[in-house]
Amino acid sequence: MKSTVLKSTVAGLILAAAASTASADKANDTLRVAFTKELENVDSYFNSSREGVVLQRAVWDGLIYRDPVTNEYQGNLATEWTWIDDTTIELKLREGVKFHDGSDFTADDVVFTVNYVADEANGVKTQRNVNWMKSAEKVDDYTVRIMLKEKFPAAIEFLSGPVSMYPSDYYAEAGPEGMGLKPVGTGPYKVTEVIPGQQFKLEAYEGYHDSPKGKPSIKNIDIRTIPDVNTQMAELFSGSLDMIWQVPSDQAEKLGQRDEFQVSNESTMRVGYLTMDAAGRSEDSPFTDIRVRKAVNYAINRQELVDALLKGKSKVVNTPCFPSQFGCDESAAVAYEYDPEKAKALLAEAGYEDGLSVDFYAYRDREYAEAITSYLNAVGIDTNFKMLQYSALREQNMKGETPISFQTWGSYSINDASAMVSQFFKHGSLDYAMDDETRDYLTKADSSTDPEVRKENYSKAIERITEQAYWAPMFSYNTNYVMTNEVNYTPTADEVLRFTTMEWK
Amino acid sequence: MLQFILKRLGLAILVAFTVSFISFSLLFLSGDPAAALAGETASGEDVEALRRLYGFDRPMLVQYGDWLFSALQGDFGESYYFRLPVASLIADRLSVTMILGVCGITFALLTAVPLGVVAAIRPNSIIDRIALFISVAGQAMPSFWFGLILIVVFAIQLGWLPPSGTATWRHFILPTIVLGYYAMPAIMRLTRAGMLDVLSSDYIRTARAKGANETRVMFRHALRNAIIPVVSLAAVQMGFMLGGSIVVESIFALHGAGYLAWESIARNDLPTVQALILIFSMFYIVFTFLADVLNAWLDPRMRTS
Repeated sequence: MKSTVLKSTVAGLILAAAASTASADKANDTLRVAFTKELENVDSYFNSSREGVVLQRAVWDGLIYRDPVTNEYQGNLATEWTWIDDTTIELKLREGVKFHDGSDFTADDVVFTVNYVADEANGVKTQRNVNWMKSAEKVDDYTVRIMLKEKFPAAIEFLSGPVSMYPSDYYAEAGPEGMGLKPVGTGPYKVTEVIPGQQFKLEAYEGYHDSPKGKPSIKNIDIRTIPDVNTQMAELFSGSLDMIWQVPSDQAEKLGQRDEFQVSNESTMRVGYLTMDAAGRSEDSPFTDIRVRKAVNYAINRQELVDALLKGKSKVVNTPCFPSQFGCDESAAVAYEYDPEKAKALLAEAGYEDGLSVDFYAYRDREYAEAITSYLNAVGIDTNFKMLQYSALREQNMKGETPISFQTWGSYSINDASAMVSQFFKHGSLDYAMDDETRDYLTKADSSTDPEVRKENYSKAIERITEQAYWAPMFSYNTNYVMTNEVNYTPTADEVLRFTTMEWK
Repeated sequence: MLQFILKRLGLAILVAFTVSFISFSLLFLSGDPAAALAGETASGEDVEALRRLYGFDRPMLVQYGDWLFSALQGDFGESYYFRLPVASLIADRLSVTMILGVCGITFALLTAVPLGVVAAIRPNSIIDRIALFISVAGQAMPSFWFGLILIVVFAIQLGWLPPSGTATWRHFILPTIVLGYYAMPAIMRLTRAGMLDVLSSDYIRTARAKGANETRVMFRHALRNAIIPVVSLAAVQMGFMLGGSIVVESIFALHGAGYLAWESIARNDLPTVQALILIFSMFYIVFTFLADVLNAWLDPRMRTS
């Protein structure tokens, strides 16, 4: 805590001390950006971080493209696609596309990539991104079929998201390790240098095809990993960075007051929520009683959390999914307005007139989690606060040992409710509701190819989950992008930096 | 002397084994490595499969034996996080940390020893007061704070030095000062105390009485004796710098071994953490051993004890 105070004082000092020395490296046509986290591997199938998604969108292309603003699907490496039956998609490929190493993009590359990543033995890090595909086969040089294991309506969304196409000959030889060090794709930027975890240099790919991503305007992108946000700010002030992102709201506010910088705030798909042990998996869970779960929902002033802590474009969320996701029907959700008296009454009714005491777990955003516990304390739910490392908490979650925990989920930027609600309510190891009714709705919604049937069943599931108060959905997250005035960029709501749409003013 | 060295060496090796075993076992208390590897989306079965694949289901002693056997051949396995050989990963990062550590300790010694000597020659003088102030400030200031202050002054306001990175030697100046300054106070206070102690001893009076000039008395007679505890301390500080420069490396975005260790713990990257702990403890042990030998060379009385 002490160090946080000191650190924000330093941030203040940096702001106060900074003369207007900021000047972009516009002359060299090089945009310099900072990453906060060390990226494990540039190979997008072998990392699971936001930074990885940013590079993936720059270096590689998917078969399909979803416009981040209109959410419309457009062809990218494929020009058209049709469902042959419920589990087969046929795609016509764009001709004349070349990889950064000069080789032609053909059906063989699609077949190889799909068959490689779909094979569980190859160990793709985020299995759910690829494990809906069974295999791919070539029809002719520019026509392929992708076979699904079972019905999977979100296939198009995944083909326009995490599934990107790799050059077959190169990848067969280099593998994930070689690809991570010397990436080769068809994307708008090619990678010129990789220092694992530390630095990535990109250069606009001159032979980039006529893709809906657009041709890059800025020639060079230089990305450095700088773990400390104060140091990032110092670099920005001394003119050696042009853009930083994921900037905490208090610092972004101060930066925004200065003339030489512009701050953009955008929502992300990440949703914060409390999960409660309604199924009684942990010992003596008080949350098996619906009145206690409802009390938790009523006890927390989420609007105040958003206004005071998260700020920006964050919103109170009532659904167990992010509202922009397909099927995430806000009108189906039961909204619990802040009403501490009602919470106390419900607790009393449940037999906890004198309050109760639980272990409360969290793994990130300590200040949000602590604020939430103070609301719970106020209505008589005593919390024994436990902050754990992500992996340690996840292990306890899976074993069913956490009566209540503060969790977040970013859905991997997949704009479909299945990426969130179906993850947690289909009787998996992280399901603390174990409700058959919810599961049945979700199974129907996940496997139907009829959008109307899907919508209807997600709505029913959302209604059931919120009415039973299995979770207490909290809020959506936001992120701040800070740029020098020389950069022109409009961030999108999915927390992906898109270098192709950046330009100098 | 040889017997002394051999005895110390044997002890050092024993300590190395003990440390590596304790750290190896401690890591198993810090969360499930299989769950960490599997990531956010994994199901229970995925985690079990990984547990078997990486052999986490075997007895810990077997895992330790396996690991030690490969480690002795220079094979630390593959980083779970980067999917690169741990040995090359660490070699890459270690050079930064070594440069920083050597520069840091040199800076600390070059400033602290002269200051300590001067302060001891004129106790309670204005120089002594200034030296005391510097050491109290150095001890009291957290290094992330001091580091950021230096960045604010030298990188932003004056624009003389780059705020972070490792591209040129100029990038190392600020982190060297921060890291060295942290080790400085203890070295200086110890030099001062040692010098004061020695200067009031009989043999110094004798040396002066026989007409040796003051410089010779100071450096040949006094400092040589006063420096003995400083050597031990500097060796320990050096070991500390090589393993514990996490904060400095993080602030100045240096990507050294300390920062790698810190991040690897958070990422449950067991092979990397285990290798780093072994290497750090080896540094510590080697430096302590060297300090012992150096002390024995400086002070023959120590060889017998």
